[in-house]
Amino acid sequence: MAVIKVTQENFENEVLKSDKPVLVDFNADWCGPCKMLAPTMDAIADERDDIKVVSINIDDEDELAEKYEVFSIPCVVVFKNGEEVNRSVGLRPRADIEGLLR
Amino acid sequence: MRYDILVIGAGPAGMTAAIYGRRANKTVLVLEAASYGGQIINAHKIENYPVAPHISGFDFATKLYEQAKELGAEFVFEKAVSIEDKGADKIVGTPSGSYEAGAVIIATGSDKRKLGIDREDELVGRGVSYCATCDGAFFRKKTVAVAGGTRTALEDALYLADIAEKVYLIHRLDKFRGAEADLERLKARDNVELLLNSEITKLNADKRLESIEVKAKDGTVQTVEVSGLFVAVGRVPENQNFAAVIDLDDKGYANAKEDCLTRTAGIFVAGDNRVKEVRQLVTAAADGAVAATAAVKYLNEKA
Ligand SMILES: Cc1cc2nc3c(=O)[nH]c(=O)nc-3n(C[C@H](O)[C@H](O)[C@H](O)COP(=O)(O)OP(=O)(O)OC[C@H]3O[C@@H](n4cnc5c(N)ncnc54)[C@H](O)[C@@H]3O)c2cc1C
Repeated sequence: MAVIKVTQENFENEVLKSDKPVLVDFNADWCGPCKMLAPTMDAIADERDDIKVVSINIDDEDELAEKYEVFSIPCVVVFKNGEEVNRSVGLRPRADIEGLLR
Repeated sequence: MRYDILVIGAGPAGMTAAIYGRRANKTVLVLEAASYGGQIINAHKIENYPVAPHISGFDFATKLYEQAKELGAEFVFEKAVSIEDKGADKIVGTPSGSYEAGAVIIATGSDKRKLGIDREDELVGRGVSYCATCDGAFFRKKTVAVAGGTRTALEDALYLADIAEKVYLIHRLDKFRGAEADLERLKARDNVELLLNSEITKLNADKRLESIEVKAKDGTVQTVEVSGLFVAVGRVPENQNFAAVIDLDDKGYANAKEDCLTRTAGIFVAGDNRVKEVRQLVTAAADGAVAATAAVKYLNEKA
């Protein structure tokens, strides 16, 4: 599955009510490390159907960024059953990102 | 497989070296610990690189990477942890094994220097940041502190003064190196407060940074409420792993001149990790060209 773009409107449905764990990638167009991370997120989304990968643009969705206390991007937050269970900040290799799910 | 040239670090210096090595028809392997591009991927806009007046750090890095790949350089994403000099053969160790090459170019650049206080790592992304232009926007109308006396610290404080409600600039000394103009501009801002001769001694946080403890030279201690702390205390070269084959100065920079030669024949250094005055893209790229050309000459003379 491809990475799903999430906004305030579909956040609840796509993330909080998801029956699979969700990797939420907070990013922005002006952020170089975010762009470097994007192919990793794409690959995880393509290759794993046991999880969902979504992307949130913090400039368009500043309320979500504020609500989840994102202070630095890229920031990947893992949600399980509607709750945050883990997060990482900065450009990380794929193994680290998938490691957040354990 | 044995490579003619092994480059450590896929920053601007390392990737330029790879281009020059390939154009001289040498086989080239680039080892990179993180991702290609090096520091510059954090820059939103580069405006001082000749011929490319407006380019993002990401585009700069990606174009350089594609150019090196297209010429046939190979990239492996692994960290180099050691170099062994066996004369004609150099053995570069990684956590999972080793690579053999005829010549090695160390282009490992530099990394941010940390304050080195408790909970600093844990609070990155929860209030602690090393890049004001990257993370400043998250602190709109909040109170933040900048730590450091570098020119970057002054620039960061000025940048943040436009965004944040209040900015403290905290510096161990009472003098700032260079950038007098920036200092005057800072002093003219009414939402900037300078705490000089002062050190940050503690980070107070529950889930995120709430305040910092600041200790002045005269012994007074105060707690300053901040949501963000921007650390700008300089950068450190990444040469520690290679001290067996190259000389380092007291700050850890590789003691090599413009010729990029080291005390070990066949081992060269290029870029920000070398002792030099100007640490910029254009000088990193220049080093890459010089080091690769020297490596090619070294290999050809041996052959
Ligand atoms: C925010 C920011 C903005 C900047 N803006 C500009 C600008 O506008 N113009 C300009 O000219 N310069 C700018 N610079 C400076 C410029 O980025 C550097 O001078 C340049 O990147 C130095 O290149 P380098 O290849 O020597 O080192 P680096 O860019 O530091 O690259 C070194 C690479 O080596 C890797 N590495 C380190 N150790 C190992 C190891 N043991 N094994 C494998 N790989 C390793 C690192 O991961 C890194 O990718 C900026 C820097 C920053 C941080």
